[in-house]
Amino acid sequence: MDMNLKLKIWRQSGANDKGKMVDYSISNVSPDMSFLEMLDVLNEQIINEGGEPVAFDHDCREGICGMCSLYINGEAHGPDRGITTCQLHMRKFKDGDTIYIEPFRAKAFPVIKDLVVDRSAFDRIQHTGGFISVNTSGNTQDANSLPISKHAADEAMDAATCIGCGACVATCKNSSAMLFVGAKVSQYALLPQGQVEAADRVRNMVAQMDAEGFGNCTNTGACEVECPKGISLDNIARMNREFLKANI
Amino acid sequence: MALDSKVPQGPIADKWTNYKNHIDLVNPANKRNIDIIVVGTGLAGGSASATLAELGYNVKAFAYQDSPRRAHSIAAQGGINAAKNYQGDGDSTYRLFYDTVKGGDYRAREANVYRLAEVSANIIDQCVAQGVPFARDYGGLLDNRSFGGVLVSRTFYAKGQTGQQLLLGAYSAMNRQIGRGKITMYNRHEMMDVVVVDGKARGIITRNLVTGEIERHSAHAVVIASGGYGNVFFLSTNAMGSNTSAAWKIHKKGAYFANPCYTQIHPTCIPVSGDHQSKLTLMSESLRNDGRIWVPAKLEDAQAIREGKKSPNDLSEEERDYYLERRYPAFGNLVPRDVASRAAKERCDAGFGVNATGEAVYLDFAAAIERYGKEQALIKGLDQNDAALIDKLGKEIVKAKYGNLFQMYDKIVDENPYETPMMIYPAVHYTMGGVWVDYNLMTTIPGCYCIGEANFSDHGANRLGASALMQGLADGYFVLPYTIGDYLSDDIRTGAISTDLPEFSQAEKEVKEKLDFFINNKGSKSVDHFHKRLGKIMWNKVGMARNEQGLKEAMAEIKELREEFYKEVNIPGASDTYNEELAKAGRVADFLELGELFAKDALVREESCGGHFREESAETEGPQKGEAKRDDVNFAFVSAWEYKGEPADAVLHKEQLEFNDIELKTRSYK
Repeated sequence: MDMNLKLKIWRQSGANDKGKMVDYSISNVSPDMSFLEMLDVLNEQIINEGGEPVAFDHDCREGICGMCSLYINGEAHGPDRGITTCQLHMRKFKDGDTIYIEPFRAKAFPVIKDLVVDRSAFDRIQHTGGFISVNTSGNTQDANSLPISKHAADEAMDAATCIGCGACVATCKNSSAMLFVGAKVSQYALLPQGQVEAADRVRNMVAQMDAEGFGNCTNTGACEVECPKGISLDNIARMNREFLKANI
Repeated sequence: MALDSKVPQGPIADKWTNYKNHIDLVNPANKRNIDIIVVGTGLAGGSASATLAELGYNVKAFAYQDSPRRAHSIAAQGGINAAKNYQGDGDSTYRLFYDTVKGGDYRAREANVYRLAEVSANIIDQCVAQGVPFARDYGGLLDNRSFGGVLVSRTFYAKGQTGQQLLLGAYSAMNRQIGRGKITMYNRHEMMDVVVVDGKARGIITRNLVTGEIERHSAHAVVIASGGYGNVFFLSTNAMGSNTSAAWKIHKKGAYFANPCYTQIHPTCIPVSGDHQSKLTLMSESLRNDGRIWVPAKLEDAQAIREGKKSPNDLSEEERDYYLERRYPAFGNLVPRDVASRAAKERCDAGFGVNATGEAVYLDFAAAIERYGKEQALIKGLDQNDAALIDKLGKEIVKAKYGNLFQMYDKIVDENPYETPMMIYPAVHYTMGGVWVDYNLMTTIPGCYCIGEANFSDHGANRLGASALMQGLADGYFVLPYTIGDYLSDDIRTGAISTDLPEFSQAEKEVKEKLDFFINNKGSKSVDHFHKRLGKIMWNKVGMARNEQGLKEAMAEIKELREEFYKEVNIPGASDTYNEELAKAGRVADFLELGELFAKDALVREESCGGHFREESAETEGPQKGEAKRDDVNFAFVSAWEYKGEPADAVLHKEQLEFNDIELKTRSYK
């Protein structure tokens, strides 16, 4: 039940190249292959024909590192829910399909090559406040001296599962990073350890987010739909509350 | 050079404290004049970078990924051990130490393991202070689960994403220091070589993976935290980019490489589905808390299942062989990883495998779903005899505990593990072997340190579950920051190290020549072609069971493959640009050398211990019949290999292991 597919892939040699879609054909694709394994086979084919393989980011291939980042048939991480591109399997496609593969597009995510984009803006936002200021000493208080309600701990964990892939930005018509930033602000805002610096944190992270050129949130909710980890829009609401609180 | 482990004198429980009391310190003003390079930003490298920067050193950190947060520690699922004894079940520093040494089949250095157990509790305190959202119970206190090879609950966890949360904790601590300018972060950079000046590690040569630029970086000390070498097997649970190159480069410059044959084959991974496979996915060991492992008891049932004529759910209890519970009644499904993996292979080799390839066993949650369902019905005052209700309530609990793992399985295999038992098979997961280090975590190159999975020190011949995260963070947060200070106290008058020194020029020249060679080589086969062939040799002859003949064949075949690689490898593109094939070529070239040393090490070690099973060394009679047979008289040593050009010519140095605080015993989990 192997498939033959047509691929239309964004090729761009570098940041200053204009870039264009290029057509490829690939045959004998097994439905059990992951999407990236299909691209591995394509690259092997391109190399053997003397061409340059398609560059794409990937690493853990189990949906947790957040490195893979493709926009497939107009959807971040492709046509399945709750997964990253590396967890997408070819059984979601049919023999004869044409598949469009593009990079995550946003002003704040410039293309490096082909499908690889620069997401270091996310890191820079975290440098301004994505932490609790505690030094390593071995003398912090005992972990159980501060009980935290299971509810708060679970909610903080749900926010903390963000893998920083940037699908929220890629899918948002405003290229907004508010789901990403909201998740980090929320994780700390929900925990007592994070509250000491809460006001500075949200102010600094939002300022950096704006400086990086991400757009604003207009509550379309597309980010929540495409988020591979199911990060909730509630986190954006919480960030807005925290921001308001910090500024009045 | 004679190996000196530099283990401090005195009773084991006092060694670390006494050591810390007597080392030389560097005053805060002088720390500002000292630079440290850290290669790798996983749990070990990330925590070390952050802590060293907090102390005041200038840190330069390097990662091949686009952000330190993506290092493969992120994929660790189950948990982290710590001797907190929050459950009051008899845990203690000594017991964690004992379990780790025993679990490692008595091939680890006692003093290092004791220190690891000693600082384990600090890790949990530190991580909670950083805002790591560990699982909690309804009273708001931290929850624990059990892992293989132990009889207490000491594993802290954050759903099935503990590695992610701990790494994000270390990453957040790094972010604070990057923001302050104390860490300079070099993302998408690969270390190409270490630079040794006057016998001391004084810098590295890197390649910027975006621009292809070759760069020189100097420092007063170099820390390698680049992870394990499991990808020598091509298929493993490691990330695609995980590689041994940083560790191998320092080996070639004088760092001894220890116990390369100690590799952990993890029992619960999703089986291979076909030749297109690029990596294997782990299903956390935590699942063995609740899952029961079995194969059909009768060969004809196994065959019917393989042919699709029967489903596992058709088999009654009597028709199933819960072989771990049968063979190891004391530890059951929670035997250590090496034991569980060999037992799965034994059943599959005997014809009881349950998927099309015959290489899979079941991991079944039906009993756990029923048990949890009944418990919930009781708590909620509902009907305990309503099977549908019990099933529903039980699945909710299982989902809360392992939901993300079940979802991963469903996406990959396209089968619902809540309804049909999971199929699992062992896969390469972790490497206990690595760069030899002394008690200070320093390699045999002065000023060059190695921490985390990249070193060999704490897990002996087999690592217990939830101990990798513990070691990575212990090394980075609590051990290296002390030991490196003792070394750097001699460097306060050195001043900045110039990158114009001839040693830098020479190292850079060699790196460029190697890259030019690859680009200009007019071969006909891709890098992956060779990597896959290497992986097949390793898996078939240096995998779960090894014998003399196979190992000798493997050494010869790998050498031959390496020669073919240099003749036939084809790298498209140029070296002064983004070129993933070129990056991969350098990594595979190193794996092709390491693989041969790995086989040589396995050949020399004519005993079975931990993850290293020599078919010639098995118990032939008595209650332990068929189990691995260790040889403490002849092999209670660490094999530390000195590089001499060809891997086959490497020279063996032995560090004799002394067991003063734990009695050497046959490891029994029966």
